[in-house]
Amino acid sequence: MAKILLEMKNITKTFPGVKALDNVNLQVEEGEIHALVGENGAGKSTLMNVLSGIYPFGTYEGDIVYNGQVCKFSNIKDSEKLGIVIIHQELALVPEMTIGENMFLGNERGSKFAIDWNTTYAEADKYLRMVNLEESSKVQVKTIGTGKQQLVEIAKALAKQARLLILDEPTSSLNEEDSRALLDLMLGFKKQGMTMIIISHKLNEVAYVADKITVIRDGTTIETIDNRGPEPVSEERIIKGMVGREMTNRFPPRQGVKIGDVMMEVDHWTVHHPLYPERKVVDDVSMYVRKGEVVGIYGLMGAGRTELAMSIFGQSYGANFSGELKIDGKPVKMKKSVSDAIKHKIAYVTEDRKGNGLILSQSIKVNTSLANLSSLASMGVIDQDREYAVAEEYRDKLKTKTPTVEQLVGNLSGGNQQKVLLAKWMFAEPDIMLLDEPTRGIDVGAKYEIYCIINDLAAQGKCVVMISSELPEVLGMSDRIYIMNEGRMVGEMKAEDATQENIMALILQSGRGA
Amino acid sequence: MTMSESRMSVGAFFRKYTMVIALVVVVVFFAIATGGGSLKPGSINNLISQNGYVFVLASGMLLCILTGGNIDLSVGSVVCFAASIGCVMMDRGMNMWLAVLAMLAIGLAIGVFQGFWIAKVHVPAFIATLSGMYAFRGLSNVVLQGYRVDISNEQFLFLFGGGRDCYIPDYVRQLMGTEGKPNLTCLAIGIVAVAVYALMTVRRIHVQKKLNIHQSILGQVLTTCAICAVVLFITWQMASFRGIPTVLIWIALVLGVYQYITTKTAMGRHLYAVGGNEKATALSGVKTRNVYWFAYASIGLMAGLAGILTAARAKGIDPTYGEGYEMDAIASCFIGGASAYGGTGKVSGMIIGAVLMGVINQGMNMVGVDSNLQRVVKGLVLLLAVVFDVMSKRQKR
Repeated sequence: MAKILLEMKNITKTFPGVKALDNVNLQVEEGEIHALVGENGAGKSTLMNVLSGIYPFGTYEGDIVYNGQVCKFSNIKDSEKLGIVIIHQELALVPEMTIGENMFLGNERGSKFAIDWNTTYAEADKYLRMVNLEESSKVQVKTIGTGKQQLVEIAKALAKQARLLILDEPTSSLNEEDSRALLDLMLGFKKQGMTMIIISHKLNEVAYVADKITVIRDGTTIETIDNRGPEPVSEERIIKGMVGREMTNRFPPRQGVKIGDVMMEVDHWTVHHPLYPERKVVDDVSMYVRKGEVVGIYGLMGAGRTELAMSIFGQSYGANFSGELKIDGKPVKMKKSVSDAIKHKIAYVTEDRKGNGLILSQSIKVNTSLANLSSLASMGVIDQDREYAVAEEYRDKLKTKTPTVEQLVGNLSGGNQQKVLLAKWMFAEPDIMLLDEPTRGIDVGAKYEIYCIINDLAAQGKCVVMISSELPEVLGMSDRIYIMNEGRMVGEMKAEDATQENIMALILQSGRGA
Repeated sequence: MTMSESRMSVGAFFRKYTMVIALVVVVVFFAIATGGGSLKPGSINNLISQNGYVFVLASGMLLCILTGGNIDLSVGSVVCFAASIGCVMMDRGMNMWLAVLAMLAIGLAIGVFQGFWIAKVHVPAFIATLSGMYAFRGLSNVVLQGYRVDISNEQFLFLFGGGRDCYIPDYVRQLMGTEGKPNLTCLAIGIVAVAVYALMTVRRIHVQKKLNIHQSILGQVLTTCAICAVVLFITWQMASFRGIPTVLIWIALVLGVYQYITTKTAMGRHLYAVGGNEKATALSGVKTRNVYWFAYASIGLMAGLAGILTAARAKGIDPTYGEGYEMDAIASCFIGGASAYGGTGKVSGMIIGAVLMGVINQGMNMVGVDSNLQRVVKGLVLLLAVVFDVMSKRQKR
C-alpha cells in the first residue's frame, strides 16, 4: 500500500448554528487522484478550506496529518509552503495583467526591491509548456479563453511547487473538449507523481479520472469508493451514495403534454459582437419553437447559444442585428429593450445567476417580484402584502428550501438560488422561456426538481428553449434539439433520433471545429 | 421566545443596533458632561434647527448612495447657488413664493442636468458632481458679486425657520383663549404622531400574523415603545419651550417622503436593485439609467430646499455658505449603515447617523472643545462607524 500523504481525522467545523462538518475523515495516498463528491452544501468546499488554512487551526476540531506530521495552518501561506495548493472554482486571475504577472502574483521573482522580469517570463513560459499551453506568458489574460485561463491557474499552482493540488470544480466553465484536455493533463501529472484532490459535480469526469472517490453528504463522509478496477464506477453508483438512494430516473418523464402550433420563430438572425462589429457571434440562424415543446440547444462554449438567446431577449447582447423574429406568426419589431421583450412574453433565465440573475443582497421576495413589479404596484406603490403572498406561492410551487422568503438570496445554496431565479421569471408570466444552462453548478437532487419544473412549464403550454452544454441533459429533456457551432445552426434533430455520437459528429463535421 | 432564540438574538441585537447603542452612549455621555444641559429644551431645539439641512441633504444623498455607493459632491455649492438666486430675487422685492419656487426649480434643474451626464453619458458620478461643486460655487459668487445678501422677508423667515419666532403658534391655546406653557399644540401633535405610529405597528404585526411571517413581535413592540418614548420626551421639551420649530415641519416632510419612497414604491425598490446588481436589474426589464437619473434629480431638489432652509436660518446668504455640507450628508448616510457599494441603507439609519453627528457637534461645542479638535473627532466617528459595519458583516460569515 502506498504512503498516505494526507489524512484528515475527525474534522468537525461549526458555524454559528450550523454544523458544517461532522467528524469527516479523508485519506489521500501519495500519487493518486482523489475525488470529493457530494451535493451542494454537503461540506466539500468547507473541508478544503479547513485543509488550506482559510479556516485556521483552532476554528475546527480534529487533526490534519500531512506527510506524517500534524499541521496547524493559520493561513493559506502556511499550507502553500508545504505544497498544498488550492485552485478555486472561480478563476482568480487579473484580466488586465499578463499571464506571467498573474502567475507570480504575491510570489514575485526577483529581489526585494525590484521584480526580475526576465526570470518571471522565462519561468512562466516553462510552466505554461508543462500544462500544454503554447501562449507566450506576456499575453494579457483577458485575451485568452476560459479553458486556457483554467490551465494558467494550474500553471500558477505548479509555480508554487505544488505537491498536493486541489481543484475545486475545475471544469465547471469549460466545454467538453477543454474539460477532456484538462482531465488528461491531470492524468499526466499523476504519472509524474503529483497528488491531486478534485471536487466535481460532473460524475462522468470523476469516474474517468479518479482513483478513489469519497462521498460527503450532510457534512459527514459516507463512503470511499475505489475506482481502480478495470471498469470505471457507474454514475448511478456514485449518485446512490450522494443522495442516499438509487436514482433510477434522472430525467422525469413528460406526460400528456400536447405540442401545439409554432409560437416563436427566428429567421436569418444575425448578431454582431458589441465590441468587434466585424465579428458575427450569431450567423444566419433560423429556428422555431412550438407551444408545449422543450427545445434543446446544444453547443460547445462559445458556440453563440447565450448570444442568440440574449439577442432575442430585447437585444440585450450584441450589435447590428438583422433577421426576423415572429411571435404567434406575427413579425415583431423589437427595440433594444428588455422591458419590450418582457411585454412580448419572453423571459431569459441567465446562465450566470450570481452575475446577471439575482441580487444577492436582497431577499427572495424582492428577487421574485423584480421582473414583474409593475403588476404588484399601482401608481408606483408596491402592494407588499400581495408581494409576500406571491413569493410564498412560488416558494411552495418550486419547493425552495428556506425558512422564510425574507431570507437573503446570497445565503441560499446554488440549487435554491436557481429556483428563485426561475420563480422570478415564472412570475413574469412569459409564454416563451429561454433557459440558459438551468442546472449549472447545482446538485443532482435539485437538478431533478428543476427538470420537473421545466416539464410543468411545458405542460402549461409554454415554449421552453433549454440551452445546455451537458449532452445527457439535452438528450434527456428535449423534444427537439438544435445544435450550434461557431455562431451557426449546424443541425436539428428529433430527440428520438439523437445520440451523443451523432451530435458530436455534427459539430466536428461542421467544418472549422472548436 | 425560546431559549435558543433569545441567546441567538444577543449578538444579532448588538450588530443590528450598533449605531443606536452608540447614539445612546454619546447622548448620555454629553448629558453628564454638560450637567444635563444638552437635554434642555433649548439645546434640543437648537439641535433640530442647526441640522435641518443635514437631514434634507442626507435623504437625497441616501438615494444616490443606494445606487452603488455613488455620492453627490456638488450639493454644498448647489445649496449656496440656489439660495443666492432666491435671496437676490427677494432682495429686489420679488414675490417670496416666486423666489421659493425658483430655488427649488434651480436645485431640481441642476440635479437633472448632472443626472443626465451620469445616467446617459456614463460620466462617473464623482467627477460629474465634482465639476458641479466647482462650477456652482463659482456661479454663487458671480450672482452675489462676492457680497452677502440679507433677507428681510419676515414671512419667509417664519416659514423656513429663521430668527426668533419661527415656531408653530399655539393654536389650541388661542382657541381656548388662554396663554402660557406648555405649548398645547405641540403636545397634541406629538401625541397624535405617537398614536399613529403605534397603530401602524399594531397593523403591521397583525398583517404579519395573518401572512404567517415570523418576526419577533416583542422586538417590534420594544422598538416602537422606545421610539414613542423618545418622541414624547422631545415633544414635552419643545412644548415647555416655544413649541414646534417650523423647520421641523420641512424635515419631517422630507424624511416621511423618503421613507415612503425607499420602502413602498417601485422606484425605491429599483434603487436598491440597481445598487445590488445592476446587470441583473437591467435584465429584469428595469431601465437602470433612469434610476440613476431619478436619484440625482431628487438630490438636486433637496439641495434647493436645503438652500432655502440655510438662507432662512442665516437670514441671508454669503458666497461661502454650504461648504462641507456634502460631507455632512455623506457621513450621515455611511454612519447610518448605508453600504459604500450600494444596495443597502435605510432612512432610519441615516437619521441615526445625522443625529449622532449633530449630538457630537453640539456636545463638543457646549463642553468647549476646540473646533479643530472637533473635526478630528468627527473623522474618527465616521471611520469607527464604517469599521463597525464592515466587521459586523464579516462576523456574519
